[in-house]
Amino acid sequence: MSISSTPLAAAKLPQPSRPVWRDAVELLSSMRFSISLLSLICIASIIGTVIKQAEPYNNYVNQFGPFWAEVFNRVGLYTVYSVWWFLLILGFLVVSVSLCIARNAPKIIAELKTYKEHVRERSLESFHHKVTGSLPLSADASLAHVSHLLSQNGWRARAQVRDNGTMVAARKGMANKLGYLCAHSSIVLICLGGLLDGDLVVRAQMALLGKSVLQGGGLIADVKPEHRLSERNPTFRANLLVTEGGRAGVAVLNMADGVVLQDLPIEVELKKFIVEYYDTGMPKLFASDIVIHDRATGEQVVTRVKVNEPAKYKGITLYQSSFDDGGSSLELRGLPLDGAGKPFMISGTVGASTSLSRANSADQYTLEFAGLRVINVENMGGNTNSGTDVRKVDLASSLDKHLGSGGVVNTDKNLRNVGPSVSYRLRDASGQAREYNNYMLPMDVDGQRVILAGVKESLNEPMRYMRIPVDEQDAVDGWWRMLAALRDPAQRELAVKRYVAQAAPADRPQMAEQLFLTAQRALGLFAGSDKPPTRQPGQAGTAENGDEQARGGLPSLAQFVESTVPEPERARISEVLLRIVNGCLFELANLSREQAGLAPLQPGETTQRFMTQAVLALSDAAYYPAPVLLQLNDFKQIQASVFQVTRAPGKTLVYLGAVLLIIGVFTMLYIRERRLWIWLQSEAPGSTRVQAALSTTRRTMDIDAEFDQLKLELMHVPQAPQEKA
Amino acid sequence: MTTTATARQALPSTPLGRSAGPGMFSKRNAFDWVFALLLALGAGYAFQRYHASMDIYEKWILVGTVPALVSLGWFWRTLRGLALGVGAATLLAIALYSRTADGFGADLAQADKIFMLKYFLSSQSAILWMAVLFAMSTMFYWIGLFASVRADGRDNTGLLLGSRLAWAGVTMALIGTLVRWFESHQIGPDIGHIPVSNLYEVFVLFCWLTTMFYLYYEQHYKTRALGAFVMLIVSAAVGFLVWYTVERGAQQIQPLVPALQSWWMKLHVPANFIGYGTFALAAMVAFAFLIQRQAEETRWWKLAPLGILGLVLCLLPIVFRAGKMTSSASYWAVYFGVSVLIVGGILAGRHRIARQLPPPDVLDDVMYKSIAVGFAFFTIATILGAFWAADAWGGYWSWDPKETWALIVWLNYAAWLHMRLMKGLRGVPSAWWALVGLAITTFAFLGVNMFLSGLHSYGEL
Repeated sequence: MSISSTPLAAAKLPQPSRPVWRDAVELLSSMRFSISLLSLICIASIIGTVIKQAEPYNNYVNQFGPFWAEVFNRVGLYTVYSVWWFLLILGFLVVSVSLCIARNAPKIIAELKTYKEHVRERSLESFHHKVTGSLPLSADASLAHVSHLLSQNGWRARAQVRDNGTMVAARKGMANKLGYLCAHSSIVLICLGGLLDGDLVVRAQMALLGKSVLQGGGLIADVKPEHRLSERNPTFRANLLVTEGGRAGVAVLNMADGVVLQDLPIEVELKKFIVEYYDTGMPKLFASDIVIHDRATGEQVVTRVKVNEPAKYKGITLYQSSFDDGGSSLELRGLPLDGAGKPFMISGTVGASTSLSRANSADQYTLEFAGLRVINVENMGGNTNSGTDVRKVDLASSLDKHLGSGGVVNTDKNLRNVGPSVSYRLRDASGQAREYNNYMLPMDVDGQRVILAGVKESLNEPMRYMRIPVDEQDAVDGWWRMLAALRDPAQRELAVKRYVAQAAPADRPQMAEQLFLTAQRALGLFAGSDKPPTRQPGQAGTAENGDEQARGGLPSLAQFVESTVPEPERARISEVLLRIVNGCLFELANLSREQAGLAPLQPGETTQRFMTQAVLALSDAAYYPAPVLLQLNDFKQIQASVFQVTRAPGKTLVYLGAVLLIIGVFTMLYIRERRLWIWLQSEAPGSTRVQAALSTTRRTMDIDAEFDQLKLELMHVPQAPQEKA
Repeated sequence: MTTTATARQALPSTPLGRSAGPGMFSKRNAFDWVFALLLALGAGYAFQRYHASMDIYEKWILVGTVPALVSLGWFWRTLRGLALGVGAATLLAIALYSRTADGFGADLAQADKIFMLKYFLSSQSAILWMAVLFAMSTMFYWIGLFASVRADGRDNTGLLLGSRLAWAGVTMALIGTLVRWFESHQIGPDIGHIPVSNLYEVFVLFCWLTTMFYLYYEQHYKTRALGAFVMLIVSAAVGFLVWYTVERGAQQIQPLVPALQSWWMKLHVPANFIGYGTFALAAMVAFAFLIQRQAEETRWWKLAPLGILGLVLCLLPIVFRAGKMTSSASYWAVYFGVSVLIVGGILAGRHRIARQLPPPDVLDDVMYKSIAVGFAFFTIATILGAFWAADAWGGYWSWDPKETWALIVWLNYAAWLHMRLMKGLRGVPSAWWALVGLAITTFAFLGVNMFLSGLHSYGEL
């Protein structure tokens, strides 16, 4: 039987020799095996997205506890995508798919060659799509009809003339099979390319060439050769930091437990780093104007790198990945908050630190210059509708808000650049650090211009800001002089005296005496030099300071009232005390101005606003955790650009694979492979029996429809049959 | 019977008879050519006017759009009318806007003054219309599904109205999208961009793409009964969109961050949403399939999984919003109530529904076809995403959570297609699998942005 010679059937024959070997290949190349591998990859990938990858080990200990952190570490869950077993699975996948291709490719090639015209006419009856009928035509005319029909519909066909009739074998959509090859070989290509570009090669080099990771810091020039990779390293992905005006030619490769340095064949010189913002404060452009210097040839290439537009030079690609401060120089003005000492200047560069101490004090701080932000865009619009009832339903107006163009800016947002800010850390002798963030310029908050001084106790807390009102020179000095005066008992007393002199009725000296004592006590409490009586146990503290002992400011007054005044009287007494304190502080302000040689404050709305904010800030100052406020006085910004430098030879393979994958997927899904047989047998002169059958690898409704259409056309008697010459 | 060495003769195969043959050009009528000509002229005008501000890739994309749209319109002729109608309406909107200029470009405040703009053609109004029309369409599809089957075999009024409203919704969505694109260019220099850049914009894209794919199948299989199911997920998306607009003010046009300023976005995002849309469509058809299979089921515990699944599908937005929903609890309470009613109604009326639904092999075919088209485009989208990442992030694959989940989605549907095509998996298991696929897709689409941090966080809630 000629039909039995098709390779499809031959492959089924059992091979008695080397059964184990064949079984293994059979298993490896089976779809079940590769789907299991893919499932494993899926699970590992999910783990990789849930557990943050390549974090410092301590973070994991915090998250999972010491035991599980170690277990997960051993399994390699912190670098899932480059752990050995993950790469092994990928390797098996490559082998499995390759074997699958190797097994199927010969069959496919054989299939592509044959039309299967040797099929027996009897076997046509066993197909799902089949039809039998007769044409009122001679055998030759029928063949011509069939041939015309097939070529009209895009079939490729062959006929085999047998003794008792003609077998026409046609086929269509054979590209489907090629699609199979494309799609599956693309998987192999992509995996291989990916493995090549992964850190496998780097790790192999380190193992073979005796390189090790660098764990400490230090100058790049001092790093020993065992921590450096050669510039001939074929594949790497490293980071390169270049400061403005500087040059760098050694990139840093981050490994799981340290770094390795990658010597580059080029040096990158950063002319300028450009960052632009939209009005909304969103970044608009990150770009670096660079010059690439070729170490070997001395060639120079001037170019610009920006996000989405990397620079390429001799197989090395430079991407704009982030930016940093390149050591901006800062000049800070220190204002002591404890009333002793004069303002002083201190300068440094971002990233550096200096010690901060005072001659007559044991306080010793390390000042770390953490960062400089030249542009800060903040939402300065208050929540204007805070007073309206949110439950109110006003359908018409709320609908109106959502009609119209998408470009209209909502009025409750008012974004503005509020100018530069500096952040620094003060580390005390015990190593505890707090982070501070101070703005350079005053900004308008509720009608009063204030300078914001922020402090954060720990990393996870939000910044809390002290709002310091500025005086008529737009400086905090007016407020600071008040603070200094408040800390000085003599000045306080003088201020109280002045207050009493103008507040007490002149005709009742006894009352003046009373008022003096009360005012002195209140101001002392506010200044923090007098401590309020502690609360009785069981008495709830105010929300702001918990059960802590108040250290001054308004909380001290509140605590004083709570612990000495019976409940019903509290509101009234508080009000009186506040009025007294405000009055005293106003005198204190004028006293401090007098000593600075300035005119006294004129009563009025401006002064009123200033005083209100000044009192609040003085109250907050009692809780400011540092003895000094550092203001940004001047700066010279130097930026640094961080590039990702890569050499990725696998990219070509991966891209080729990707294109093949697209072609393969579309071919497999949208080109249907079909084979058609039409058996023509002369049954009487002028009448031919037709038997047709269609086979396809997959049954869909489209195939049913196509066969129905074909049947119609096949059995339709043509008006003028074309006689074959 | 033996066939001795017989003469083998190759039948003549004329090149014309092959696929490119009589199809493409000979079947074209005058409207086809007018459509093609108008598109070419429009693109030519756009090219001539704006070529200075486009880079070479954008120019090629513009040029490529013409044959793509022409062949789409020729392939599915209903699109020609839609495209021309949408184009005309958009041009009208642009003309109305352009009558007054402000500091930069046209004055967008005109949208509050000119009647046509305010109530129909400005982007927000059009998108709001889309939301209303899709919701109404869903309602009418359901009414039609529960109404009696007409004696003459034609669709009843409910289904017909549902279908018309869905078309109207697509039209408004497209107008809204195009006008939004125009508006974005009138805000200020360097702000304008194709409206597929944030979660709000892609949700609009999702709504109309899913509906459009459904409408194609509706015409192709001549059945309107599936609309009720498919429009359900579109309505869920619309519900989310409305919440996102009202509660978060997400409708405001935002400029692009540097990473998004690339022509890749024009290709990557739409390709992705063809995938998401058709996967969602397939899942809803699978849901209909399961309902039909269980039409005769009376034991409640056999129906329970389906009921729970329906609820979970409806409540996906809430699941994702858990913990942050206090501010609009009443909205979600209503949402929950509606979901329970819908799922309960579906289960209670499963006999009626099953009678209206097309035969199972049609459902199966729609499911297969939409997953196939989704898979093909998702492949493209993922690959384009990798190419883009190579430019923007410095590596074509960096195991970013979004990338990884895209891979998982891809592998899931690859497995589905393998099982279907190689092993012939059909029926109930494949339907359940398609539904699970939707859950995975939804996580990749929304969950990753919310729960996992990565570079690809463009849609924060």
